[in-house]
Amino acid sequence: MLINLFSTVRNYGVPATLKEFLDLLKALDKNLAFANWDDFYYLSRTILVKDEKYFDKFDRAFDIFFKGVENLDDIFKMLIPDDWLRKQFEKELTEEELKKIKDLGGLENLMKEFKKRLEEQEKHHHGGSKWLGTAGTSPFGNDGHHPNGIRVGGKSNKGMAAKVWEARDFKNLDDSLQLGTRNIKIALRKLRKMTRKSENFEFDLDTTIKSTAKNAGYLELEYIREKMNDINLIVFFDVGGSMDPFVKVCEELFSAAKSEFKNLEYYYFHNCVYESVWKENYRRNENRINTQNILNKFGKNHKVIFVGDASMAPYELTNPGGSIEHWNKESGESWINKVKGHFYKTVWLNPVHEDHWDYTSTIKMINNLMDQKMFPLTISGISNAVSFLSKKH
Amino acid sequence: MRFQGTKNYIATEDLKLAVDAALNLEKPLLVKGEPGTGKTMLAIEVAKSLGLRLIEWHIKSTTKASQGLYEYDAVSRLRDSQLGNEKVKDIKNYINKGKLWDAFDSDEQVVLLVDEVDKADIEFPNDLLQELDRMEFYCYELDKTIKAKKRPLVIITSNNEKDLPDAFLRRCFFHFIAFPDRSVLESIINVHIPKIKKNLLKKSLDMFFDVRKVPGLKKKPTTSELIDWLKLIVSDDLAQELIAKKDKELLPPLYGALLKNEQDVELLQRLAFMTRRES
Repeated sequence: MLINLFSTVRNYGVPATLKEFLDLLKALDKNLAFANWDDFYYLSRTILVKDEKYFDKFDRAFDIFFKGVENLDDIFKMLIPDDWLRKQFEKELTEEELKKIKDLGGLENLMKEFKKRLEEQEKHHHGGSKWLGTAGTSPFGNDGHHPNGIRVGGKSNKGMAAKVWEARDFKNLDDSLQLGTRNIKIALRKLRKMTRKSENFEFDLDTTIKSTAKNAGYLELEYIREKMNDINLIVFFDVGGSMDPFVKVCEELFSAAKSEFKNLEYYYFHNCVYESVWKENYRRNENRINTQNILNKFGKNHKVIFVGDASMAPYELTNPGGSIEHWNKESGESWINKVKGHFYKTVWLNPVHEDHWDYTSTIKMINNLMDQKMFPLTISGISNAVSFLSKKH
Repeated sequence: MRFQGTKNYIATEDLKLAVDAALNLEKPLLVKGEPGTGKTMLAIEVAKSLGLRLIEWHIKSTTKASQGLYEYDAVSRLRDSQLGNEKVKDIKNYINKGKLWDAFDSDEQVVLLVDEVDKADIEFPNDLLQELDRMEFYCYELDKTIKAKKRPLVIITSNNEKDLPDAFLRRCFFHFIAFPDRSVLESIINVHIPKIKKNLLKKSLDMFFDVRKVPGLKKKPTTSELIDWLKLIVSDDLAQELIAKKDKELLPPLYGALLKNEQDVELLQRLAFMTRRES
């Protein structure tokens, strides 16, 4: 029976593994939660869930498990073949009940009706004989008297009080993050280039031994500069407009990069890089920085990452004066070429899903400008971009 | 052995069960929660209530996993060899035991607190996998394996500054100390300030929850701030003033004890000003 809990929990997206399930069995074996549902709930949560953001998912899964019913809503969503559903259903029914179902036009109709009424119904409904709700005689809903009513959510009528997991206290903690910053940090790590340039010194055992030996056995201490990360990174972020849906993932990338690299330079642009960029979004019109100055200031060894969806009208890229915000003397295309030409390594990270790149002409154009060095803003995309950046030119 | 909370520490049902599970199945317990909800206190109180010795290992950003095991002091050995010190012949004299070794070495079961594991480098937890799983490690200099005589109860706290690796999480049980609700908070206050008057308690909790509800606070006040604040109020005899405050007034006396961030203080002052103008 417990294996059901395990699989339900996993179906709801809590990443529990077999090892944890075995731990739970072991804990039950030791009578840690005996004949008490609340204890059992806390125990299984403490063992199966490792992050508070999954608490809500776990609560929902536990609820389903506790009631011993499949959540019909989700079955429809998962589109389990009707055939399979029907067989499962018929197994549960007695002859007499099967006959009664025929009155309603067979199981197929019952299912169809159910879906239809689910769509039609908008308000809560208790009692009555048509709508879904509780305590009615309609075939669907909770606590019904129809021979094969389908129960939709709700509590089973076994005299249980409301349970802790039904309160779903942890609802707002579930952030359903696709990319954690940890993964991004790990991906960015490969960019590190350790060099001994730091101001701090550390004890160097190997050279101490050597020079002590040279010194006829008298101790000669040697120190060496500490290792530090000597990578220089410049990131250009596209902000506003079509980038709004991707704000979250860009923020994650930004915070991961900022904590990984001490000398990180970042600038913002809108849609395409032109003759100036800015560092503070709320003062973007006053504090502009000349792109040419950036090129003059930083050496060719700086690694450059553009982050943007590269989605714009083609003239914003190709024509002088194409910018939607100001009159640009030179086209965006030529500015991208200038940046790319100045630095040894330049990549473009695009938050738009790779499958959709072909549908936007400017994505293809920019990808060509970047010599196909455009990568999707995913963990694997970042890793690929980073391994390109870190290769010797 | 069962953990039941102590006189000074109110433990909720789920917390007791999590400690019990960690104790009985000999797994490390990872505790997370808002700062100030009593994560570090938990280890101290568990040790106290079970009558076990507590070994604390506080993690800093520069802490390396190997420092928890042992450190080989090559420099003093080198120096001793030149001075002709007899000690130099035994390498054992230059192995400095770390906290984990201490815990493994103890004849009785101990509670090992690994405090704020998220402060360390991102790879730190991965370096401790084997040690926490098997409760043993290998010492190269002495050429022997150090194994725990009695598996210690390991309590690890994290402030969520960094995500922890999955492999590490798999080996731990997990408990999230949720922010306590009103009734739990009342009993916590009663533990810390035993003779607090009923109406003061009610009024102060009202104000406390009001402040917590203010949107946009950088650091919401938590249990430890509440207790400090109440202690200040009681010791400064401000209780009457607090009780006399009108319901709508947002700015509590000595609010500096509740808010630790100047932007938050400013925000609260502005809000208080606005509500006063409205009324």
